Amino acid sequence: MYELIVVGGGPAGLAAACAAWDSGLRHILIVERDRELGGILNQCIHNGFGLTWFKEELTGPEYAHRFIELLARTGVEVRTDTMVLDVTADLRVHMTGPATGYRIERAKSVILAMGCRERTRGAIGIPGTRPAGVYTAGAAQRYVNVEGWLPGRRVVILGSGDIGLIMARRMTLEGAKVLACVEVMPYSGGLTRNIVQCLQDFDIPLYLSHTVTQIRGRDRVEQVVVSRVDEKRAPIPGTEMVFDCDTLLLSVGLIPENELTERAGVEMDPRTKGAVVYENMETSVPGVFTCGNVTHVHDLVDFVSAESQRAGTAAAKYVLHGPAAGESVSLKNGPGVSYTVPQRVRPQNVEKAFNVFFRVNRIFGKSEIVVRARERELCRFKRDRLAPGEMENITVPVKLLEGVTGDVTVEIREV
Amino acid sequence: MRELICIVCPRGCHMRVDGDLNVTGNFCPRGEAYAKAELTHPTRVVTSTVRITGAAYPRCPVKTAAPVPKEKIFDVMDAIGRVTLSAPVRVGQTVIEDVCGTGVAVVAAREMP
Repeated sequence: MYELIVVGGGPAGLAAACAAWDSGLRHILIVERDRELGGILNQCIHNGFGLTWFKEELTGPEYAHRFIELLARTGVEVRTDTMVLDVTADLRVHMTGPATGYRIERAKSVILAMGCRERTRGAIGIPGTRPAGVYTAGAAQRYVNVEGWLPGRRVVILGSGDIGLIMARRMTLEGAKVLACVEVMPYSGGLTRNIVQCLQDFDIPLYLSHTVTQIRGRDRVEQVVVSRVDEKRAPIPGTEMVFDCDTLLLSVGLIPENELTERAGVEMDPRTKGAVVYENMETSVPGVFTCGNVTHVHDLVDFVSAESQRAGTAAAKYVLHGPAAGESVSLKNGPGVSYTVPQRVRPQNVEKAFNVFFRVNRIFGKSEIVVRARERELCRFKRDRLAPGEMENITVPVKLLEGVTGDVTVEIREV
Repeated sequence: MRELICIVCPRGCHMRVDGDLNVTGNFCPRGEAYAKAELTHPTRVVTSTVRITGAAYPRCPVKTAAPVPKEKIFDVMDAIGRVTLSAPVRVGQTVIEDVCGTGVAVVAAREMP
């Protein structure tokens, strides 16, 4: 019987396992389906990781390496090349891999850290033929950075998520011509710095409020048609631009990979597509915690590490000292906010303050983030600019929740 | 007056720089340094991969140990493209000592046992 089984050996699983060890657990197992630890960081060879967590600028593999080294100093057991098939509500973890065969391991707590996957062409339904040459940006990233294949020479990128922007630069550096980055929304879905250093540095045009309306080609992509869209994101006839290209990369969103979470009977949040969590990253199933991109999609791995550390510490506390106590208040998203994590807070379980992570649903100029319980304002935070592509977070002192029952709302007021 | 967005960290400050290189809108001193460099001699860290034999994968990620002049990015890419390593490689190991006369080394960014 393990004290803790961590499902997933990416940045979330690594930070969670290290924190649980530091908090006193000694029988911890990480189960990872890949051949090595580090997860998607291993293919993110660009820099910009770690500025918050390590106070220096690292590449993805270096960031992973730091945590793998920390883990090596613990007694945490690791099974790579092993796939978890099922996690039950009584904390039995079913797994299989060539080294062990089919195994069922029991645990006192489980941390779900499976990360997310990319939305594909099927998810967004682009009309046209079905030629080779349509890749998700992350798949192309793996081909280029890990396997050493260049997936195409003339490239159009649909979606301005960070991976798409990063791949625009990467493909350009490797000799491909990136003709355009096309974004259906009137603003970019990626970090502003990536617009600058990945597109503007290489004179790659960004077409906002545009989308791909057709893919042409028999065996291989030959052309894509790009059209302007109206406020309702419907293509406007007569605005078509045709790009001669052999490759279309899709950077159209990430979906938390929650099949195991749902099978375990965990309550889900349709807004984040992840589990509903308490302030300590615990789910509705006692002893089951979740952290990282499987909970909500982050922009920065540094925040994944911080969140996962909280999950690891909380799992250790659960195993060593029993379940967290106390009534909870629900956090609701008010005007301007599309979701919050956590969704529930138990004031009794918070020492001084708790963090709330959220995204806004459009671009805001100078604004205030207002936290209120019904009509009573609890606190407010000033921001110069808020954008959906950049996750926000606020720290709320728990003493403000004294006497509050029911819901607490987070909303944006432009000033 | 020029407006630019800081790329030093994900915060992405919107900064303004006047003719005398006075910077406003930056949250931290690194932004000021970036803005001044960007208007005088812009630099970037280059990250890429090199061929490697005898490792689990055929490519090893590398980076310039410091920013290099922006106009040398493609020369640096050419130099990186001519290297083949053989495993094992340690993280931080020098791959090219002084790339394209920049005085900056290219180093390995991961362990390839």
